[in-house]
Amino acid sequence: MLETKKIATRESYGNALVELGKEHDDVLVLDADLAQATKTCTFKKAFPERHIDCGIAEANMVGIAAGLATCGKVPFVSSFAMFVTGRAYEQVRNSIGYPHLNVKIGGTHAGISVGEDGATHQCLEDIALMRAIPGMTVICPADDIETKAAIKAAYELNGPVYLRFGRLAVPVVNDREDYKFEIGKGVRLREGSDLTIITYGLCVAACLEAAEILSKAGCEAEVINMHTIKPLDEELVLECAEKTKRIFTVEEHSVIGGLGSAVCDLLSEKLPTKVTRIGINDVFGESGPAQELIHKYGLDGEGIAKQIWQNK
Amino acid sequence: MTNLELQKMAVKIREGILTSVHSAKCGHPGGSLSAADILTYLYFEEMNIDPEQPKMKDRDRFVLSKGHNAPGYYSALANRGFFPVGALETLRHIGSFLQGHPDMKHIPGVDMSSGSLGQGLSAATGMALAAKLDNKSYRVYCMCGDGECEEGQIWEAAMFAGHRKLDNLTVIVDNNNLQIDGTLAEVCSPDPIGEKFSAFRFHVIHIDGNDFDQIRSAFEEAKQVKDMPTAIIAHTVKGKGISYMENQAGWHGKAPNDEEYKVAMEELEKAGAQLC
Repeated sequence: MLETKKIATRESYGNALVELGKEHDDVLVLDADLAQATKTCTFKKAFPERHIDCGIAEANMVGIAAGLATCGKVPFVSSFAMFVTGRAYEQVRNSIGYPHLNVKIGGTHAGISVGEDGATHQCLEDIALMRAIPGMTVICPADDIETKAAIKAAYELNGPVYLRFGRLAVPVVNDREDYKFEIGKGVRLREGSDLTIITYGLCVAACLEAAEILSKAGCEAEVINMHTIKPLDEELVLECAEKTKRIFTVEEHSVIGGLGSAVCDLLSEKLPTKVTRIGINDVFGESGPAQELIHKYGLDGEGIAKQIWQNK
Repeated sequence: MTNLELQKMAVKIREGILTSVHSAKCGHPGGSLSAADILTYLYFEEMNIDPEQPKMKDRDRFVLSKGHNAPGYYSALANRGFFPVGALETLRHIGSFLQGHPDMKHIPGVDMSSGSLGQGLSAATGMALAAKLDNKSYRVYCMCGDGECEEGQIWEAAMFAGHRKLDNLTVIVDNNNLQIDGTLAEVCSPDPIGEKFSAFRFHVIHIDGNDFDQIRSAFEEAKQVKDMPTAIIAHTVKGKGISYMENQAGWHGKAPNDEEYKVAMEELEKAGAQLC
């Protein structure tokens, strides 16, 4: 069973920031009155003087981070994905993206797995928004181990990085000795020759489950964890398309503008291959317990397997 | 510099504004001219900067939050020696480093890219916070437009700066009372601007922003203020120094034609001669 150990990536984010803060004095964490929810409260407790609460004013928070970065600080701006990429989109674009400043943007509570808070808080467009900004790196880790590795790698990269995290506790899928995280390098988690599933974040564990379900029906799917959505690991996507000739993308994001779009952008130009985008089909989310929503929107192992089986 | 020397330099800076905007055939002369005296004071008297080392570590910082006044900003930087004055003629030309709005990646001396109104004050506030966190003594200056004060983000930044008691931050509001669609009162007035900054715990000083005596005393006063940021509400004349542009909203974002340029340069030459 995969579900031996579960932890939300927002929780891992807070913990990873503490570790990073111990090693680097230039790390600052900014919040907009959501430190309890983004879990950066862990950092606040460890380094109160390096935690800046900007109040409920996300646009200003992003600008403050830009100014701090021009003076050599490495700010991690934290809020819900909806607010930090949506409300403050133009500030991220013009105050961080255009001058290519060294600011890390941590968006927690992404996707429908926010649960009961409903559509206003369930950001399904953040990847699309951040991916469109020139020079922005976009990462969504799958579990606790990957979150820690991603935070470290984001710090080491000089430039803006968007990091997407979830509210829901997710199983650890990367607990193995040879685990290595490299920005822009996808990871093949399961071999298979019939079709390829490319996914990231919370859907990684579900896709591994779906692959097992499909396997029982005689269909062997390879599963790629594409933790970095931008820059996309083009080499790996092309290799998979060449091999299985059938691609499914799975994400807890709108089918418009996310990983599915990125994969289609690439394949339509370089190696036309049939792609099915599994995700949120251009609708808003709704209130409900996270697991029930994931089931309703077809993003649990069973739902993903079903959609793949019907379309393969 | 003496006030007379500053006045002479302000004439040169105004010449640079006219020349660059005329060459670009577009751009923003009105606000650049209203702000020219304060920009002169900042770059030739007030700020601790070194054109030979634009990225000098503990230099004072300046953010032009009203980024469309790039012609005034660039003219001040060029005349101060950050790049050749001759480059001003390439403003807004394809391939030029002098972009329509300030670009910190390519323009020596520009501390923050700006142009989308409301954003610069937040960045300046972040710089002032960085100085405080590092116990550094550098100061941060930010110029906003009065129309720009209609942007909500200005007040988010003001709230933060007042809350954090950033006394190393000085905001200058170029209060020329005109914006693209007309006077502030006709559009959507943010007045009283000074009282709003005061409510956000700023020390507020009102001056005639085209008078070097008052400019000097305001910046001197700002440096003495403790535990509060300062807002200098600089009452200025849009288009200042060019007779036909003064107090005309139409010159917010329009370049003079050849004839108008000639008249403007003659007026500036005359103004310069009177100072000798």
